[in-house]
Amino acid sequence: MLIITCPFCGPRDEVEFACGGEAHIARPLADNKISDADFADYLFMRDNPKGLFLERWRHSAGCRRWFNVARDTVSNEIVEIYPMGSLPAKTAAKTTYKTSWRRDTAAEKAATPSRSKAGGSK
Amino acid sequence: MAQNHPDRGQRGLPGGAQRYSAFALAKKAMNYHQDWQRAWRDPEPKAEYDAVIIGGGGHGLATAYYLAAVHGLTNIAVIEKGWIGGGNTGRNTTIIRSNYLWDESAAIYEHSMKLWEGMSQDLNFNVMFSQRGVLTIAHSEHELREMSRRVHAIRLNGIDSEILGPAEIKKFVPTINIDQSIRYPVMGGFLQRRGGTARHDAVAWGYARAADDLGVDIIQKCEVTGLRRQGRKIIGVETSRGFIKTKKVGCVVAGHSSVVAAMAGIRLPIASRPLQALVSEPIKPILDTVIMSNAVHMYISQSDKGEMVLGAGVDKYNSYAQRGSFPVPEHMLAAAVELFPVLSRLRMLRHWGGIVDTCPDASPIISKTDIEGLYFDCGWGTGGFKATPGSGHVFADLIANDRPNKIAAPYSLDRFRTGLLIDEHGAAGVAH
Repeated sequence: MLIITCPFCGPRDEVEFACGGEAHIARPLADNKISDADFADYLFMRDNPKGLFLERWRHSAGCRRWFNVARDTVSNEIVEIYPMGSLPAKTAAKTTYKTSWRRDTAAEKAATPSRSKAGGSK
Repeated sequence: MAQNHPDRGQRGLPGGAQRYSAFALAKKAMNYHQDWQRAWRDPEPKAEYDAVIIGGGGHGLATAYYLAAVHGLTNIAVIEKGWIGGGNTGRNTTIIRSNYLWDESAAIYEHSMKLWEGMSQDLNFNVMFSQRGVLTIAHSEHELREMSRRVHAIRLNGIDSEILGPAEIKKFVPTINIDQSIRYPVMGGFLQRRGGTARHDAVAWGYARAADDLGVDIIQKCEVTGLRRQGRKIIGVETSRGFIKTKKVGCVVAGHSSVVAAMAGIRLPIASRPLQALVSEPIKPILDTVIMSNAVHMYISQSDKGEMVLGAGVDKYNSYAQRGSFPVPEHMLAAAVELFPVLSRLRMLRHWGGIVDTCPDASPIISKTDIEGLYFDCGWGTGGFKATPGSGHVFADLIANDRPNKIAAPYSLDRFRTGLLIDEHGAAGVAH
C-alpha cells in the first residue's frame, strides 16, 4: 500500500485518496479548429508509461483537494508531489513532462490562447 | 478450417505430432511415461518470417494457430519475452461467458464461446472447459431491473440467459447467504448456463502445441526492443535475440500495449492497471458454478483441486508492477464472506496481480494502425480470457487479409475518433 504525502494533510494511507489519472491534459479552447482525430488525443488517448508517470491525485477522504504526483509505475516510488497548475521541479519528472508525446499534439496547442486573441502582452 | 483440424481421425496431428488420447496414455504408461515427445519445439529465431506475433499469451498463440490452420500462414513466429502463458493467461480467474449487452460484444464473445465449445477436440488438448454456469448477482432493485433489460437484449441476440429470484439462487447455490439483512443482499441474479471455466494454462499449451505442429516457431525468452520501419511500413522487429525481418507484426501484449505502441509512435487510449486474484487452501466441493457480483466487485469459483478462486476489481492507479495494493482484495474478501459465510475461516494460499490493458469503453481494440503491416489486438482489460479463441480467430483474419472482418470491424482504433464507442462499462460490469 502506498503512503502518499498530501501537501495539505501530511502522509496518509492510499485508501484515503482517489487517483485522477494522467496530469497536464489541457482542454482545447471552445473556438478551436482541430480535427476529430486531434480532439481524440485530448479526450481518449492516454500516456501510459512504464516508468515515471505524472498523475493527479485527490485526498478524497481527507481535505478533498487535488495535487500532482510523479510516481514510478514499476517501483511505485513517489518522486515528487507538486501543486495543481504547476510543473514538476525534479529533473526526472521534468524530463517526463517534456518528452511526453502530448506536448506536440494539436489539442494541447489549441488549449493555449494565442497572443493576438488574448489581447497582446498585457 | 475443417480439413486442418487435428481431430479428424488422422493418426497424428496434421503436422505429424502424436495425438493425445486415453490409448496413448495407457501405452506410454508401459514405459513409465518416458517417451512423450516435446509438446512444442524451442527454435532459434529465423532471419525472416511472413508474420510475427508479439506476445505468447493465449490471445497471441491463438492468433498464430488460426493464422496457420485457417489462413495457411505457417512461416510465422510468436515471440514472448518470458514464457508462454506466464502473463495474464496464467493469472486470470478463468471465467468464460458471452452474456454481453451490445450487439458488437455479443458477436465476438459468442463467436468465442462457440470456439470454446469445440476447443479440446480442435486442439487435441484437454482444456478442461466446464460449462458450469455463470451467475451474476443483483444487490438492489435498480440493479435487478437493469439486469432484466440486459437479459432480454442478450436473448434477442440468441444467447442463453435467464433471471433467477433469491429462492431459485439458493436452490442453485446452496452455500450462498440470501438473508435480506446483509449489507448487499441477494435480490436476484442472471445466469448463463453455457458459461463456466477452463484450465487457463492448458489453453496456452494447447494452442502452442497445435500451432507448433503446423510449423509456427514459438520463441520464448525473446523480448521486443523496437519496431523497425521504412516510412510508414513495418520491415521487422528488433529483439533481444537479434533483428527479425517481417512485413506483418501483430501486437498482443495486453498490459504492455502502450509500451510496444510507443516504439512505433502510436498512441492508445489504454491505461495499464493491476488486476488481483487469490486462491484458498483446497476444500471439499462446495460451489459447482461461478458467482459474480458487480456491485461488490467479487467473483468466485472452485477449482477442480478444491481451491476457492477469487477475483477482485481493478486497482485504481496505473502500474506495471504485477502486484496490487491490499485494500482491493480486502474489500473483495469482506464481500465474499458476507455472501458465503462458510468461507470465513478459510486461509488464502496465493495472491497475485496481472497488468491489464483497460480501455475507456471497456471494449477491446482489434485494429490496423496507420503504419502498414502493424496490427494491434489489445484493450481486453479485465475480461480477456473468455475471448481468447474468438480474439485470436478474428485477429488472424485481420492480419492475413489486411482488413477486419464483420466481427472485428467495430473494434477499430478509429472509434475513438468517430466516437462510435462500444460502452460495456454498465453492461459488463466492473467485474468483467
